[in-house]
Amino acid sequence: MSNRIDALTPGTFMLDGEEVEFGHGESILQAATRTGHYIPHLCWHPEFGATGSCRICTVKVNGRTGAACTVQAASGQEVESNTDELNSQRKTMLQMLFVEGNHFCPSCEKSGNCSLQATAYAMGMEGPHFEELYPDRPVDASHPEMMLDLNRCILCGLCVRASHEADHKNVFAIGGHGIQTHLLVNSSSGRLGDSTFAETDRAADICPTGVILHKRRGFQVPIGQRRFDAKPISEQVEGGQT
Amino acid sequence: MRYSAEEMDALLTRYDYAPHMLVQVLREIQERTHWLSRRLLQSVADRLHLPLAHVEGVAGFYRFFHIQPVGQYRILLSDNITDRMLGSGTLMQQLCKLLGVAPGSVRSDGRVSVATTSCTGMCDQGPAAIINHHQVVTRLTPQRVEDMAALVEAQVPLAQWPAEWFRVEDQIRLTNVKLGKQPALGAGIAAAIAKGPQSMLDDIKKSKLRGRGGAGFSTATKWQLCRNSKGQTHYVVCNADEGEPGTFKDRVLLSSYADTVFEGMTIAALVVGAAKGLVYLRGEYRYMLEYLQSVLQRRREQGLLGPAIQGVDGFDFDIEIHVGAGAYVCGEESALIESLEGKRGTPRIRPPFPVEAGYLGQPTTVNNVETFCAVTHIAVFGGEWWSKIGTPQSTGTKIHSVSGDCERPGLYEYPMGTRIGRILEDCGARDTQAVQVGGPSGVCLSALEFNRHIGFEDVPTAGAFMVFDRSRDMFEVARNFAQFFAHESCGFCTPCRVGTELVVRRMDKLARGYGSAEDIQVLYELDKLMHGATHCGLGAAACNPLRDTIGKFRPAYERRLQSLHFAPGFDMDAELSQARLATGRDDPGAHLETLA
Repeated sequence: MSNRIDALTPGTFMLDGEEVEFGHGESILQAATRTGHYIPHLCWHPEFGATGSCRICTVKVNGRTGAACTVQAASGQEVESNTDELNSQRKTMLQMLFVEGNHFCPSCEKSGNCSLQATAYAMGMEGPHFEELYPDRPVDASHPEMMLDLNRCILCGLCVRASHEADHKNVFAIGGHGIQTHLLVNSSSGRLGDSTFAETDRAADICPTGVILHKRRGFQVPIGQRRFDAKPISEQVEGGQT
Repeated sequence: MRYSAEEMDALLTRYDYAPHMLVQVLREIQERTHWLSRRLLQSVADRLHLPLAHVEGVAGFYRFFHIQPVGQYRILLSDNITDRMLGSGTLMQQLCKLLGVAPGSVRSDGRVSVATTSCTGMCDQGPAAIINHHQVVTRLTPQRVEDMAALVEAQVPLAQWPAEWFRVEDQIRLTNVKLGKQPALGAGIAAAIAKGPQSMLDDIKKSKLRGRGGAGFSTATKWQLCRNSKGQTHYVVCNADEGEPGTFKDRVLLSSYADTVFEGMTIAALVVGAAKGLVYLRGEYRYMLEYLQSVLQRRREQGLLGPAIQGVDGFDFDIEIHVGAGAYVCGEESALIESLEGKRGTPRIRPPFPVEAGYLGQPTTVNNVETFCAVTHIAVFGGEWWSKIGTPQSTGTKIHSVSGDCERPGLYEYPMGTRIGRILEDCGARDTQAVQVGGPSGVCLSALEFNRHIGFEDVPTAGAFMVFDRSRDMFEVARNFAQFFAHESCGFCTPCRVGTELVVRRMDKLARGYGSAEDIQVLYELDKLMHGATHCGLGAAACNPLRDTIGKFRPAYERRLQSLHFAPGFDMDAELSQARLATGRDDPGAHLETLA
């Protein structure tokens, strides 16, 4: 318990040599993002509580590693994030996420709007490095408006939290364990079409990859004009929007 | 197999329809139905007002819960390295052949399913198996396997199987304080009451007792923090989820020294101000449940549990037992609490620590079985006495679960600071190549290090002491541990979920003889990443045995490489096989290596 970090009073910490102000109870990632600093992350979103599952935001705080989304900000912290060592680790973890699922960016309709892809570009990932695991993950197209392509699921749990915290529905949950961990849909059949999921749900637009997709909207915006085609993800941190 | 609505209502009434009892509810239902069908999960979800997906997510998390049909007889062979060394692999093949079932699957008539499980905690009397998640069979032999198959074929109920098979021995080889003469019943509580909570805490502080579960955190500090935390109620939790492969000391302490354990919990309750205690008993030790409950009942009758303990007004404390369902990660205290709350056993974000917000959000102290034993002795004999045993930084004694290549496996209790070599001599180990101390997440020592000492300042341990002689292949030892971690990863965080799987695949590749120097480099990389980036200690420790064995037994790896320097991407000659088939040629000129 000696590594206990208290963030009961606002103050400032140093992020890669820059001073960052934090508010009451904020995590390092919350404070950094709010002030326009980019710490790569996938499973965290400013609207929802942290879980710390993707580990992409792993930083060094006074020499100790921790996920920036779960470590509370405190005065006097020296936080390292944009270093070769940490970015290389992030690249490795992104490569892990890519080989764990079935990702084929050129044919994915989320290409250019995908945080996973954009983060991989930002970290200089050029190939999978590890052997592909090629899991057998079915596509669920049972819902009239939405579809689930679980091949791209990185188990960030954002849909679980959004459905619970914003929609008060609990449409999603995490099942299984180990490498067999997977997303579950709350319905008697286990299919999205039989759940209470609606196109207007907050959870419908929260997926950082291309799992939860709106039907009949694919490629409405041509590739080349999409969000991360315009500017890299690292330059789109404004008021906690990434 | 049928489970009626009335039965379910009766069960849930017994658990007050509390959603946090979900793991216990599912376990009790499955004891009757063998597996948890979607229909059953739906009924539980409806009655507890939980989303079906949540209930399904919990059921799918634990290795001992089945959401697909399993056999009427469910046989799980222990897959720890010591069981493998005793021949569990061959026995598994024999059993599967006799029963006509493939490992990991159900026989087509639904009679039986055979699979492996992580360490069952019977390493000193293996190879072991668990039948129907309830009975443990020790000392499997080809004869026993043959008889077992016959009993399954004849559909003989488990209760009528030979009692001898279920015999679990203590095998206590060397006693000191904790395994020696026990204090009189209630003496520890009486001493604690006489001192009062604050003085008792001071005494624990004086003893410098550190937790015996592996991490070695100061017990007094933990209790102090819990005592100082504000909450509606405080909890004392005994961590009996002894999942670290090679460890079985808690099993013996619970089966033969349960009173001392419960007494330690009661003393903790007095100190932190708790009215309720919980024992988290690992699923593999389910066979002890009725016995432990009978001990609790007797203690209630003796005024050692329940309201006004030993006649002291306001000192009310009782203990409940929760049974786990097969998940090593639940040994981590915050994952254990999640499991107690009926959820998936995923470690929590800390802070807050359990001493502030633990079970049901209340201040909770979680201590190991052996720690509670020590507390009872300290209450009776004093902190001063305990602090003089062992070394200045590691006081008292430690129980070691010794297994593997030695003449006398079993429990050995030594003062802290004992030399590794001394333990090897005492247990009759010969020609020892390596010792794995503290289980797979601990440290692997080579013969050059047998002069090192057990203790937090040198070689810390949760209790496992696995001995490997020179006939053993340390690569296979590391590979077994890699498989263990991949099997037990909770799947929550990226580096552990994917990393443990990638490690297994690399090790399998090396085992097949397709390794290259680059594979060893990748293993190093994975080790480094997982050490710093995982959510909890499981992932951080998952590569420990790998790193130790690559460093200390490198030849075991190198002889599996095609070449020490060349890093083959694929076998070019093998790629030509299809062309050879098509052309009908297989002369030397059609092979790359023979082409001049």
